[in-house]
Amino acid sequence: MLKIENLHVSYGGIKALRGISLEVPDGKIVTLIGANGAGKSTTLRTISGLVKADSGSISYDGQELLGKPINKILEAGIAQSPEGRRVFANLTVLENLKIGAYLRKDKDGIEKDLKWVYSLFPRLEERSWQLAGTLSGGEQQMLAVGRALMSRPKVLMMDEPSLGLAPLVVQGIFDIIRTINKEGVTVLLIEQNANMALKVADFAYVLETGTITKFGTGAELLADESIKEAYLGKSKK
Amino acid sequence: MKNNKKRNLLLSLILAAICIAFLLYVDKFQHYSMLATVLKKGAIYSLVAVSLNLLNGFTGLFSLGQAGFMMIGAYTYSILTIPVADRAGVYQYFDGGIVQFCVPMIVGLILAGIVPAIFAWLIGLPVLKLKSDYLAIATLGFAEIMRAIIQWKQVGPLTNASNLLKKFANFDSILFPFIVSAICIGFIVLLINSTYGRAFKAIRDDEIAAEAMGINLAKHKMQAFLISSFFAGIGGALLAMFQSSVQASTFTSTMTYEILLIVVIGGIGSITGSIIGSFLYIACSEWWLRFLDDPAPYLHVNISFMRPGFRMLVFSVVIMIVVLFFRKGIMGDREFSWDGIFNFFKKLCKKKDKSAKEVASK
Repeated sequence: MLKIENLHVSYGGIKALRGISLEVPDGKIVTLIGANGAGKSTTLRTISGLVKADSGSISYDGQELLGKPINKILEAGIAQSPEGRRVFANLTVLENLKIGAYLRKDKDGIEKDLKWVYSLFPRLEERSWQLAGTLSGGEQQMLAVGRALMSRPKVLMMDEPSLGLAPLVVQGIFDIIRTINKEGVTVLLIEQNANMALKVADFAYVLETGTITKFGTGAELLADESIKEAYLGKSKK
Repeated sequence: MKNNKKRNLLLSLILAAICIAFLLYVDKFQHYSMLATVLKKGAIYSLVAVSLNLLNGFTGLFSLGQAGFMMIGAYTYSILTIPVADRAGVYQYFDGGIVQFCVPMIVGLILAGIVPAIFAWLIGLPVLKLKSDYLAIATLGFAEIMRAIIQWKQVGPLTNASNLLKKFANFDSILFPFIVSAICIGFIVLLINSTYGRAFKAIRDDEIAAEAMGINLAKHKMQAFLISSFFAGIGGALLAMFQSSVQASTFTSTMTYEILLIVVIGGIGSITGSIIGSFLYIACSEWWLRFLDDPAPYLHVNISFMRPGFRMLVFSVVIMIVVLFFRKGIMGDREFSWDGIFNFFKKLCKKKDKSAKEVASK
């Protein structure tokens, strides 16, 4: 279980996270929703070690991760597919996937996982020799997810996988999130598309200006009146 | 596929044999010709251009310190390989200098790589934290400072200050720079195609994503910087041998720009491009475009703007044209492969067929 307790993060003098606590139980899909600037991406970037925290604790299965270098966090089993896809545009699809397994040394395991990723995303196998920059937005998102999966993570963190994609493609991405989860990967999903995220999630947290204001199961929050007003587009009466 | 592999290997062997035969012929019968000069200098510049490409093209670190590292390499090599008996003559203003031993050629060559790499490590610690233009400015500044220091009178006993260093161990056959360059470039190619090379390219494409994949940015940038300056140093030593003398004042920033020009013309991120670019550039600057420096090249007609140095002006125009219209250079970021050549001709034939059919149908 990934556990975050009383996490404070600030950029310069500006506080981005003001003591948030959340739990991601094994085998579940947990989503973090909120508006722009609420601190969603900061949370994810702090967990992965890209951003330093002021105080608090991030632990996975009891092992403290805060302050550890990025590679140690990855080795502990926490990978991320970053916001805006960020595929390596001038490398081929295959090379991108191999970079995902950069820290691993077991050649057979990498080969096996490559097949696994290709079975999840047959489109990537068809295009394995194509440069990643020439893929469509949806395919690039698949590649970003596939790349993160190549490190064989126990927890996959996804930052806005639906960003800038057509509704039909977004549907496909969320189907894949479910599939990945069924195959035993815990998912921490960060989304602005609250409707889709809440439908797929087991648990959900609502983040507002650096604090968690609400949490519950996906279905609970989906039915919550204030959530409906703020995030799901129901007009005030 | 397997047939292709066999065919490609065979073709490569044939090409290599032709090249070696050609070089042996030039070595034997045209040893002092312009062709031999161009080939030797071209091979040396290939190595330096590839080393710069490793940094600029593959790791995305825009460095302009290559001439500085070449200079350190050239000085390391020549200081260490001057025979002890000749030292009094070379260091005539400094009582024979302070280095009173001489190492074998091959040891000197390896040290000519290691010493610049040590300097690269020292300046890399602060400088590699800089990005793009700032890194270029810092490395350029380093090269200029090193040039000034080497010419300083106080270090004269070691570097002979601004006087020439000469009489160091030298090569005779023109095959020598080719063999050294080929080994070094071969090593760089292996590196680029390895996991390390992929990490370099990932850093070039997207630093943040690379970091998120667990690639240690500082470590890999430093590695690329060290390896690049190592081979630049060996290139510098080869250049010293080619010129059979070394003087700090020749390793100006202009030399770095020459190499950068080669990399850009050849294609940033293409090893083959850098090699082709080197030979092309050296052939033009040393040989084919020489006539531009001659005020009266044809029929004794005086052309007033053609004078020594006009050649370089033409190169400035060439680089402007390349940057404006052929931004990818000769090779882009592709590499030479037999399959690529065959595909190219197949496409060409198809196009011809098509246009012929179109003409016929009309």
